[in-house]
Amino acid sequence: MGKARVKVPKKAKKGEIITIKTLIKHKMQRATKDKKTGKPIKRNIIHTFEAKFNGKPFLTAEWDTGISANPYTAFTHRVSESGEYEFVWKDDAGQTYTAKARIEVA
Amino acid sequence: MFGTRYRMGGVAFTALGALAVAGVFTLGAGSASACEECKGKFEVDGKKSGYLYSNPSTQAMEDDDFDNPGMLWVEKGRKLWAKKDGKANKSCQDCHGAPEKMRGVYPVYPKYDPKTKKLINIEQRINRCRTEKMQAKPWKWDKDNLLGVTALIGYVSRGLPVNVKIDGPAKPFFEKGKAFYYQRRGQLDMACKHCHEDNAGKYIRADFISEGRGGGNFPTYRLKWQKLGSLHRRFKGCNKQVRAKPYKQGADEYVNLELFVKWRTNGLPVEVPGVRR
Amino acid sequence: MSKTRIEVLDRREFLVASGAAVATLTALTSGALAREMKDANKLLQELTGGAKPTEGKVKLEMPEIAENGATVPVKISVDSPMTDKDYCESVTIIAPKNPTVYVATFKFTPDSGKAWVSTRMRLAQTQEVWALAKMSDGSFRIAKTNVKVTIGGCGG
Repeated sequence: MGKARVKVPKKAKKGEIITIKTLIKHKMQRATKDKKTGKPIKRNIIHTFEAKFNGKPFLTAEWDTGISANPYTAFTHRVSESGEYEFVWKDDAGQTYTAKARIEVA
Repeated sequence: MFGTRYRMGGVAFTALGALAVAGVFTLGAGSASACEECKGKFEVDGKKSGYLYSNPSTQAMEDDDFDNPGMLWVEKGRKLWAKKDGKANKSCQDCHGAPEKMRGVYPVYPKYDPKTKKLINIEQRINRCRTEKMQAKPWKWDKDNLLGVTALIGYVSRGLPVNVKIDGPAKPFFEKGKAFYYQRRGQLDMACKHCHEDNAGKYIRADFISEGRGGGNFPTYRLKWQKLGSLHRRFKGCNKQVRAKPYKQGADEYVNLELFVKWRTNGLPVEVPGVRR
Repeated sequence: MSKTRIEVLDRREFLVASGAAVATLTALTSGALAREMKDANKLLQELTGGAKPTEGKVKLEMPEIAENGATVPVKISVDSPMTDKDYCESVTIIAPKNPTVYVATFKFTPDSGKAWVSTRMRLAQTQEVWALAKMSDGSFRIAKTNVKVTIGGCGG
């Protein structure tokens, strides 16, 4: 499904510090046992999140099982030029999710 | 925030029937809280939405369309709306147009369905379209697809007052739903009304009891579920809590109850997707 | 165990009972409870390399009462100029009474503009949550806050 949502302002002034919000649909499954069958359920969490601007990472996060399902993260960035943001989430199952957004500096 | 909270511990819950009802509810120091502006929106004619029984941090999660995790399902619903499916190779959009055209639908369901001669709710209406018009398989209750499109249909009616009709052919079903609401059930021998009418605004152990006016916010993102869920799933939870055998989502009993609960919500605004604890 | 209760036990029962009580106490201090604390402290030590973090400059905002431990909003901000020479490198969230005490680390760069992050975390029970900030000069700062996690009466 359309998993990730990101909110980035379309325009900013040079040097402005903007707020970026991100949300992704993910169970953040802890290692546990199935309540009914008793079969083990493998851990599958997003363990790494990275925010890049024009290819350069400016925020990286390492998560464990204590981050809630459907992880929400908001953070800031000092905008120096027009360009493209790329957000990357990686989970235990080897899946990579990405989202992109553009910003114009007036 | 809510001031001191009193815990009754497990004892009250192991006591049966009327004893439990008498002993388990405690008066909180606070009352439903929110900013004045929100109060006007979520309190109509003395009826309060469950929103006003939530913590400010939970309210804030619902208020902002980006912070609201339920919007992930609304967006999924939007994609499904335009997706062709079934042997007829049709999408919802092919017949109905843009999702926004469905504004006004959510507040009036469930309603009487002449075809089956009983009530039909939104989830069932979506599945009827799927099986009859699209010749596709019905979606399962409380799975992402059905939640997504149901949430989308609720979302486009945001702000409209809930407005179900209970007269005419819907009347006998409304009466059944009402009877269900006042019927004691389960090992604890409690009816819906014991919590949501007699004891709203008090605490049951650590939970602040709402008025049970959930007709405008489901499907709701519950923090406990860590996902979106249907009103019928919530009914099941309530029934289990009084140790009664729950019905299945979509059972006639629950659709009738849905009409009654939605009637209790009449006048309050649609807030789908709601966020609750 | 109350005094009165002991008096009505015969000697053998008393020995068994007190033995069990001692065993329970030992289990609690060297087992689960202590391990919870030791893990968080050990983790802290590992992260700081033994340096003692000081309080102040880190703001950790969480609700006093979490309606459900599965989703608890958390905001962290660190007072820092965020220049190439002087910035906050990272913040780590630690929940000493969670099954896994390490929750997350957010690594900043001067481009971040602010050392600020807002997220949602899980809390297994009522506890004090820690936010540890690592500054570019190698010093550490810490903030702690108590969050009550309510056990609902009608989980549903």
